[in-house]
Amino acid sequence: MYRVTLDDASDLDAWRNTARALLLAGVAPADVAWQSAGDSLFGEAGDTLPPPRATRVPAVPRRFLALAGVVLAHTDPRRHAVLYRMLWRLADGEKSLLDLATDDDVRWAYTCAKQVTRDMHKMKAFVRFREVRLDNESVYVAWFEPTHDIVTRVAPFFVRRFTGMRWSLLTPSRTAHWDGATLSFGPGAQRADAPSDDALEDLWRTYYASIFNPARLKVDAMRREMPVRYWKNLPEARLIPELVRDALPRMQAMVEKQPTVPKKKITPLQKAVDDAPEGSLTALRRQARDCRACELWKPATQTVFGEGPAHARVVVIGEQPGDQEDLAGKPFVGPAGKLFDKALGEAGIERDQLYVTNTVKHFRFEPRGKVRLHKRASAEQQAACRPWLAAEIDRIQPAALVCLGAMAAQAVFGASFRLMAQRGAWIDLPDGRRAMATVHPSYLLRVPDPDEREQAYAQFVRDLTLMREAL
Amino acid sequence: MIADRAGKGARAGPFTRADASCGTIDRPMDLQEKLAILADAAKYDASCSSSGGKGRNSLGTGGIGSTEGMGICHAYAPDGRCISLLKILLTNFCIYDCAYCVNRRSSNVRRARFTPEDVVELTLEFYRRNYIEGLFLSSGIIRSPDYTMEQLVRVARSLRTEHRFGGYIHLKTIPDASPELIDAAGRWADRLSINVEMPTETGLKSLAPEKHLGDIRGAMGRLRLAIDEAKAEKKAPRFAPAGQSTQMIVGADAASDRDVLATSTNLYTNYRLRRVYYSAFSPIPDASKILPLKPPPLVREHRLYQADWLMRFYGFAADEIAPPGDSGMLPLDIDPKLGWALRHRDRFPVDVNRASRDMLLRVPGLGVKTVDKMIAMRAHKRIRYDDLVRLRVPVRKVAPFVETVDHRPRGDRESLALRRDLREPAQPDLFG
Repeated sequence: MYRVTLDDASDLDAWRNTARALLLAGVAPADVAWQSAGDSLFGEAGDTLPPPRATRVPAVPRRFLALAGVVLAHTDPRRHAVLYRMLWRLADGEKSLLDLATDDDVRWAYTCAKQVTRDMHKMKAFVRFREVRLDNESVYVAWFEPTHDIVTRVAPFFVRRFTGMRWSLLTPSRTAHWDGATLSFGPGAQRADAPSDDALEDLWRTYYASIFNPARLKVDAMRREMPVRYWKNLPEARLIPELVRDALPRMQAMVEKQPTVPKKKITPLQKAVDDAPEGSLTALRRQARDCRACELWKPATQTVFGEGPAHARVVVIGEQPGDQEDLAGKPFVGPAGKLFDKALGEAGIERDQLYVTNTVKHFRFEPRGKVRLHKRASAEQQAACRPWLAAEIDRIQPAALVCLGAMAAQAVFGASFRLMAQRGAWIDLPDGRRAMATVHPSYLLRVPDPDEREQAYAQFVRDLTLMREAL
Repeated sequence: MIADRAGKGARAGPFTRADASCGTIDRPMDLQEKLAILADAAKYDASCSSSGGKGRNSLGTGGIGSTEGMGICHAYAPDGRCISLLKILLTNFCIYDCAYCVNRRSSNVRRARFTPEDVVELTLEFYRRNYIEGLFLSSGIIRSPDYTMEQLVRVARSLRTEHRFGGYIHLKTIPDASPELIDAAGRWADRLSINVEMPTETGLKSLAPEKHLGDIRGAMGRLRLAIDEAKAEKKAPRFAPAGQSTQMIVGADAASDRDVLATSTNLYTNYRLRRVYYSAFSPIPDASKILPLKPPPLVREHRLYQADWLMRFYGFAADEIAPPGDSGMLPLDIDPKLGWALRHRDRFPVDVNRASRDMLLRVPGLGVKTVDKMIAMRAHKRIRYDDLVRLRVPVRKVAPFVETVDHRPRGDRESLALRRDLREPAQPDLFG
């Protein structure tokens, strides 16, 4: 039996160096007795180890070291031995040991790690600083009683969070101090070393009492997350018995109370007066917001109405809004819209001269996980939306219409229109206007072959250029 | 109150101007009274999360404040809710008249108003003492949506720029506020939220006549675009890195659980919300007479949260959890996953040594962590019944639905009997 002594029983490096030496010397886990310098049971120094039999320790998974670091902070005196046994087994060829969650050692280690992690989390949560004035400067001091030896592991969190403060964390086993530049650790302290009060605590208790909803008393849920053992160092905890006791009467009083008549009158918000004249494009847009002519409004964000000058010479009609248009409430702002803008620029046309709209004013989609897949509006939905387009054209009285894509073209020219055969040429409409159709820019985004795509895009720009004579 | 700051190191504190003179209702209120009123007014917002977003600390700024992805609950109130943020209203004066709200303009609740500076100081002083993770600031609407939003933004901007505050900030966003103000809010806040309030449009119309579903959705859409843009481009200005969330009140209108879950699905898909909070309508002081007399059982809210979890992390669709054709309400005595399993006995037992991760996640009683442990383990050994025990799964619940090397459930147990065995004893819900 070899006795080994650790200066700091919770320190990963100390354990790791010793464990490495033991492993190199081939000392089996059953032959090691671990002790820490603080234990008076054994002598101070450990036994001399046999000479190394190997020169290299086999590589162990990084996550074992991470686990060991956490487990060492646990108070259970068996931790050094269990971790060494795990190291031994890992080195002995049990490479997948850490995956065996039901193995005795692994389960024990993970359970300990979980307890330590929880203790650390609760320390981050339940430390309560109290302010002290020292040399005309504020110093914040907290007394806390963790279950495990976690101060050195948690202190860096407080440094990252309270960098701009001077503070001390006092616990029975260790203390940590931050002076604004350096983190230092010291031996344990006593409760009396910390301030006994802080003037802010009354305000904090006021908040605690006021944020509590007496109509939802769930004392067990509170205790589960804020175990009673922490209460003695939590300034708000002293309110709990009273809050719990009064909850039911307060709740009953609320339920039984008769509705009251308002004593003071607060003036409601005056809604902006709808000054858009009847029959104007603005009035039309406002009406369209509440359109329920088909079901598409239900899952969609909003009606995407046309945009542009009220008396534009040219109205450009797309198919239907997509994901981005639905979110923004504006037509042609997504990827296809960006391509359209680019092509317009190359054709020498400014978009703000045009009135840009869609055949169908709501996004139709199929939810697929987190994405919304674009879906073509049905014939009924297109028909239901037709009056809006007709009304837009009627208000604007443009000289020409430009249809992007088959849905728009068929809305203007009728169902027999064949886009690919008849695109890129002005056609006179019965009402005296001219109209032209070309592809929808989203079609260009979908052409798989890069050369073909380039050709299609060039043709699209040529088609758009025809618009210039109408402007 | 603060005037008598006792204890070590009492000094002229930031709040000394609030004096503690006693008198009639009309005297100026001190900070403690305002806090009592404006925290009370904020407590019906269920969200207190301080999670999400990129990590941030004060090492570089020399200020105070950090967020490390995972939120911290600094205290729990006897209602079992986490206290993570200083959750207050800037004011509870409000020009709206939403029936479910304690602050509606027709209520006779006491009114108060913080100055932006009050809120900044309170946040900093509480934060320095490690009471909170940050601030969740909301407000009644005063004067106009833009005026109110501007006040909220001012608090956040002051905390970030004048005080180098790196803690968490959640701002409630007013749907009708101008886009510039919403951009500014996103610049300083970690999270923004707009409450949809009611699961259905009908509910909203009857209880919150001044709010419009269209405005709410439109504002959420704009937030999503701004959040996506900030995420996609490195150079883009910061915008609400912890995303957006919302809240729905449950039990104040006639909406069923299926309506609620359908709305949540739509919101998660359309706006990539980080969370939808469900708040069982709870009695409020000076309640409106159009509200139902009896609050819904709190366990209904609990079941909705479980269902929400199943949709977000377990691959369930709303239709599977609350199937069309029945009442649309989730059973209160069993959890929704068990409910699904009992309706789909043909899919069980699941062989834990072979089943896909997706299918294991559908086994009642198995959570994500346990499933992942089982998957790691079964690459090296066959899982036995004893392994389930050692994984500390609730075996009574799991055993009827799984198969291991040495266990097969008896096939003759009717779903009804199983359901009887596995139902949870009614929670001692004091007010159900």
